[in-house]
Amino acid sequence: MSGWELFLFSFLNLRVMAEYLPSIAAGFLLTVQLAALIIASGLALALLLAVLRSLGSLVLSFAIVLFVDLFRAIPPLVLIVLLYFGLPNLGFTPSGFVCTWVVLALVLAAFAEEIVWAGILSVPKGQWEAARSTGLSFFTTLRCVVLPQALRLAIAPLTNRTIAITKGTALGSVVAVSEILAQASAGVSFSSNPSPLTLGALAYLVLFGPMVLLARRIERRFAWRH
Amino acid sequence: MLSRPIIEARAIHKSFGPLKVLDGVDLVVAERELVFIIGPSGSGKSTLLRCLNRLEEPTSGHIVGDGIDVLARRTDINALRRRIGMVFQSFNLYPHMTALGNVAFALRRVVGLRRRDAEERARSALALVGLADKADAYPAQLSGGQQQRVAIARAVALEPRVMLFDEPTSALDPELVGSVLRVMRQLREGGMTMVVVSHEMEFARAAADRVLFMDGGRVIEQGPLDCLFGAPKSDRLRAFLRSLERH
Repeated sequence: MSGWELFLFSFLNLRVMAEYLPSIAAGFLLTVQLAALIIASGLALALLLAVLRSLGSLVLSFAIVLFVDLFRAIPPLVLIVLLYFGLPNLGFTPSGFVCTWVVLALVLAAFAEEIVWAGILSVPKGQWEAARSTGLSFFTTLRCVVLPQALRLAIAPLTNRTIAITKGTALGSVVAVSEILAQASAGVSFSSNPSPLTLGALAYLVLFGPMVLLARRIERRFAWRH
Repeated sequence: MLSRPIIEARAIHKSFGPLKVLDGVDLVVAERELVFIIGPSGSGKSTLLRCLNRLEEPTSGHIVGDGIDVLARRTDINALRRRIGMVFQSFNLYPHMTALGNVAFALRRVVGLRRRDAEERARSALALVGLADKADAYPAQLSGGQQQRVAIARAVALEPRVMLFDEPTSALDPELVGSVLRVMRQLREGGMTMVVVSHEMEFARAAADRVLFMDGGRVIEQGPLDCLFGAPKSDRLRAFLRSLERH
């Protein structure tokens, strides 16, 4: 076998790929669900925390900063393993899926809160004052005047961070979540051929490619000229 | 001779940390009166204005606005602010809304008008400031003078009892100042009660009932413009007037 043939046989072996397509497709669906849960709950929590922080309560802000710094500092894999193997000692036995979801959602919330908060801070004080001077409440001002401007600035770093953290679903493979990477690795072991990994890479591309495009669309939608 | 006061501020003190910005200021504004406030920068004139609708919280003092205790805890400040319009030096239009959206927003959210009614009233406010044809423009597509007129329309549309102007033309190119002053004159002629912090002496000469000169957080002199400018009693006002002439 020439080098090229060897490469094709190892990484683009159609027979092996066909065999493991169903299991990787199943992993794909699971990953989509996991990613959707992480993004929805992580971003919702981030927004909630940023709004709470804007209330200006010292105690609340301190607690939020503590949470954010903690979850930005510790590698997600450590947290996932800690939760998965530690919690049973306390009488909870969450599945690997739940552990991965919770940890990545919290990590995403921590990073995204900082991004949204920076966006809120970057909106000039005059915007608050103009809105409040017409009798608008704090929350209406925040929701309709400040957040649209804050999110417009936040949207690019937010989508970047969201994609980066959502890719961490692959960490679930360590705690028995049958997501794409776990299925591909299993395929590699059973077939003694790395082609399922190529298929896994394609599956990630199919999953995150559209997300990148969606992010670009959102950025365009939020753009207005200054 | 003057009817009941719309604004009655007594002994207003305001400190930022150790810095005393307002040191016992009284300001009474009668209905349909135009009070013009002058003074060097840092004299506390903007802070005084911002205390009147509680954008700044005075350290102590009493303010009655349109018969309501402005500083009382139980006062619904949002309901009160609706009746005290404010125009800022830096316009502060919402960049993500059209001119019409900027004016209609509080009409919907604060007054509670339906979209159609709010937009109708917003259009007539824009017409009042000569910008009926710019309703669909975003702030970035408008000149500074146009933006400031939209900001005036935004405040006027709420039909306030008094309008506060905080250096409304200071951020404008000279050739755009006139359009804003014209709108203010027009409001004045319509009987609007106004408190104006500004350096536009021509406007003061033409429209002000009374001029207040502030320095160091106090009202140093006040009265009709001619008295103040013709026969300043204090050294500080004389020095201020000389500094104006140099420009």
